[in-house]
Amino acid sequence: MMTEKLVIVGNGMAPGRMLEHLFEEAPGRYQVTIFNAEPRVNYDRIMLSPVLSGEKNYEEIIIHGDGWYIKNGIVLYKGHKIVSIDRAAKCVTSDQGVVESYDKLVIATGSVPLILPVPGRDLAGVLTYRDLDDVNAMLLAAQSRARAVVIGGGLLGLEAAAGLKERGMDVTVLHLMPTLMERQLDAAAGYLLQKAIETRGIRVVTKANTKAILGTHKVEAVELADGTIIPATLVVMAAGIRPNAGLASRAGLDVNRGILVDAEMQTSDPNILALGECVEVDGHVYGLVAPLYEMARVAAARLAGRNTAGFVHSDTPTKLKVTGIELFSLGDFADGGDRDEIVLRDAAAGVYKRLIVKENRIVGTVLFGETSDGAWFNDLKKKKTDISEMRDTLIFGQAYQGSALLDPMAAVAALPDDAEICGCNGVCKGKITGAITAKNLTSLEDVRAHTKASASCGSCTGLVEQLMRLTLGDAYNPSAVQPMCGCTSLGHDDVRRLISAKRLKTIPAVMQELEWKTSCGCAKCRPALNYYLVCDWPDEYADDYQSRFINERAHANIQKDGTYSVVPRMWGGVTSAKELRAIADAVEKFAIPTVKVTGGQRIDMLGVKKEDLPGVWADLGKAGFVSGHAYAKGIRTVKTCVGSDWCRFGTQDSTRLGIRIEKFMWGSWTPAKVKMGVSGCPRNCAEATCKDVGVICVESGYEIHFAGAAGLDIKGTEVLGLVNSEDEALETIVALVQMYREQARYLERIYKWAKRVGVDEIRRQIFQDPEKRKAYFDRFVFSQKFAQVDPWSERVSGKDKHEFRPMAILALAEAAG
Amino acid sequence: MDWIEIGTIADIPPRGARCIVTPNGRIAVFRTADDAVFALDDRCPHKGGPLSQGIVHGKAVTCPLHNLVISLDTGRALGVDEGEVRTVPVKREGDRLFLALEIGTHRAA
Ligand code: SRM
Ligand SMILES: Cc1cc2nc3c(=O)[nH]c(=O)nc-3n(C[C@H](O)[C@H](O)[C@H](O)COP(=O)(O)OP(=O)(O)OC[C@H]3O[C@@H](n4cnc5c(N)ncnc54)[C@H](O)[C@@H]3O)c2cc1C
Ligand code: SF4
Ligand code: FES
Repeated sequence: MMTEKLVIVGNGMAPGRMLEHLFEEAPGRYQVTIFNAEPRVNYDRIMLSPVLSGEKNYEEIIIHGDGWYIKNGIVLYKGHKIVSIDRAAKCVTSDQGVVESYDKLVIATGSVPLILPVPGRDLAGVLTYRDLDDVNAMLLAAQSRARAVVIGGGLLGLEAAAGLKERGMDVTVLHLMPTLMERQLDAAAGYLLQKAIETRGIRVVTKANTKAILGTHKVEAVELADGTIIPATLVVMAAGIRPNAGLASRAGLDVNRGILVDAEMQTSDPNILALGECVEVDGHVYGLVAPLYEMARVAAARLAGRNTAGFVHSDTPTKLKVTGIELFSLGDFADGGDRDEIVLRDAAAGVYKRLIVKENRIVGTVLFGETSDGAWFNDLKKKKTDISEMRDTLIFGQAYQGSALLDPMAAVAALPDDAEICGCNGVCKGKITGAITAKNLTSLEDVRAHTKASASCGSCTGLVEQLMRLTLGDAYNPSAVQPMCGCTSLGHDDVRRLISAKRLKTIPAVMQELEWKTSCGCAKCRPALNYYLVCDWPDEYADDYQSRFINERAHANIQKDGTYSVVPRMWGGVTSAKELRAIADAVEKFAIPTVKVTGGQRIDMLGVKKEDLPGVWADLGKAGFVSGHAYAKGIRTVKTCVGSDWCRFGTQDSTRLGIRIEKFMWGSWTPAKVKMGVSGCPRNCAEATCKDVGVICVESGYEIHFAGAAGLDIKGTEVLGLVNSEDEALETIVALVQMYREQARYLERIYKWAKRVGVDEIRRQIFQDPEKRKAYFDRFVFSQKFAQVDPWSERVSGKDKHEFRPMAILALAEAAG
Repeated sequence: MDWIEIGTIADIPPRGARCIVTPNGRIAVFRTADDAVFALDDRCPHKGGPLSQGIVHGKAVTCPLHNLVISLDTGRALGVDEGEVRTVPVKREGDRLFLALEIGTHRAA
């Protein structure tokens, strides 16, 4: 068969899914060309809210990376908007002048946000919420930490408000109706939602009719019909969407609210299909992905020339992706003479559940605060199950239907094979368990890749994991999310994300909110949590010394015989007669058995008795020494060479730079130890190219290196880039270390972290984005205010006395006599 | 056996430990998050690590040298590891703590 030319307008979630089906069903049948007004590949639009709030980044939400287009021979025109369709000549033209002819055309132009027709809507600072550019614009605006007004208290508006709040803005939500999300929630749930939003510090004004947006060049305030004026530097319009059907309508296709298509996604032109939010099918237009994915399946079959049962309407549950707010709504919940309702409330727990029942069948569900039975209610509704038998216990959920089902695993086990688990992608239980067995899937990532279950909004991840456990038994080892330890099923990344998203600021808060399985953790999770909290809340968190390993608690390294070693800082490896004399005196006074030059250019005193530590430190402190943190997951040494001061090859003052870096950064806690080196020329006598961070001085400046290793693994560094001045070198290194502090898993050295997040990504954020670099730098400087305290002198002045003294010394009566 | 007073519960940080020096070696006294008190010889059965320096969690301590986890209750290694350390009876009267030790031992400091 000859290949036909398939042209697609729009590169959103619907056509992306359609192509996946099409390539599976009819590989090679079409030569595909895509035009996308957005200058990027296909990403998961649903996940823009987590990007806005900082729980995810753009790279994590890409659905098809560039490689996918190459692999499938697709030509993707990024940043090309199609401006006309010539149906007679069967070709399309882009705003950049590219003309492309087609055999089949697919229109998937999505929706456009509604802009309220009020004065001031064109001012700078008025944004909508639809694509990544909008998110980036909001993030930029949020840096001011000033005031945002979000117009619209629906799903998008609330997600935007929560995200902006998370980013430090002062946020007000204006909503025209008396309760939030009134299209999806009844008044009771709307009230609980408003309370939950308000407890996050977001102001909510209902019955708010926006009259004008005020300002001369940019937004200054929003004025309501009742005269209220709300100051704002950013206004986000999230007042609704409408199908983007202008292009189709100009081409003469039949258009009503959206582009009219039949159940097989064909428009009024037999060579043109349309799908996604831009279409109207059987009187419905859609704003959630689940029905669009169904359209994608139908359209792909149609393009492959296969007959299928066409698209049929079904209700999709609504969930809100704001961390900590559990909400589920489905179907029709208006009151009516022929309907009954079943309600359950638990005020203390903030739970509200309501089922709307008509002729003994569920027609609608609203759940707030506790939504785990959503999937089950959805299943009963879909199948039109007669609920009269279980009417009395129905609202308590599936666990109460028969005493055997009290545990959640049993409840999942009891779900029928065709129960829908993943609403976004319409994946049922049987498909997931089938794929796990047939394809030997053992990780969540694999299950996502093969079935798409939990691959969109992710709210069914728990259910999918339970299914994996059910199918694989103990063999299920969620290697995708290796739990931190036996006390939790969450991995390090999730815990870090949730600590920041839920603003958890103590170890007990983390353990309560993230449902730790033990009362006070273990020796694996506690040090990690302690570090994450120190890093995220430098000013507020009170370091929990009982959660630190002995070395960090005693500020010295424990030795095999229970004695300790003491390594004072020797900035950049440079010392003096006075310092050496102080060391010599301490060694003699406390009879320290061994003195050794370390591999880190300083001196180690080994075999000090614990009781003697404060005394040794006191004497060293008098000579100006501070702790070398040789025991810490923190900044260790900055090795230097003699550099331009003495060496005939030295190009810059490597010793001075090394000392400057060490004096700036010492005291900082890091996920694992951080060792640095500065060499004065490429001969590299300070071995900078196997360090966590290194600098090679050259004539033209300073080459910054990172991600080297020379311990358990050996690995040369990666080059981050070349900078011109010492100041820039310092800023770059500090920013890099701060990014690492914020992102890495506890005990993960820089080279392992870099491998995970990608050297290019780090370079992009630290080297190519001056604003990001500055922001990281500033956060490091802030945290140093609380960290740069010499732990030795603190303890010499009496802190943690109990650490260094036995509680009691006992003797035998005779001996003491 | 004599009950010998060793100090008060406030001398030990919660989820922490202190050691007692005796003529027959050190004893580690632990205080858990919910203020239960236990005492063990301060020598890990593995290679003699000082258990009083470990992290206390639940009713267990993790040895600071190679991470053996020892039950404070029984002195036995938990999990797959083997080994056992002697437990020492402790009692609490109000805030005061007492260890049961060889007759004749008394407080020197
Ligand atoms: C003292 C010293 C050896 C020496 O006599 O020279 C030393 C001593 C120890 N090293 Fe080291 N390392 C010392 C330089 C190094 C170096 C070389 C360097 O820093 O230039 C490396 C290779 C570079 C690196 O860090 O990867 C090094 C790689 C390690 C590793 C492997 C780390 C890795 O992730 O690959 C460990 C084990 C660990 O950290 O888990 C380790 C751990 C240790 C510990 C802390 C073992 C322990 O947990 O008790 C030793 C503590 C002895 C003590 O009480 O002082 N030491 N160690 C050096 C102290 C440097 C300093 O001034 O702070
Ligand atoms: C912030 C946010 C959160 C959401 N959360 C959820 C959720 O939790 N659950 C859920 O089910 N749904 C959610 N949605 C809705 C979901 O994202 C959409 O239903 C889905 O993305 C629509 O897919 P689509 O392919 O029809 O259109 P889109 O994904 O909108 O793609 C349309 C693409 O076409 C391009 N385009 C338009 N005109 C042209 C032209 N003339 N030429 C070339 N290209 C053009 C656009 O630039 C756009 O990239 C959310 C949406 C947003 C914005
Ligand atoms: S190489 Fe490092 S960790 Fe190993 S024995 Fe020597 S000092 Fe200790
Ligand atoms: S000495 Fe305790 S684990 Fe090795």
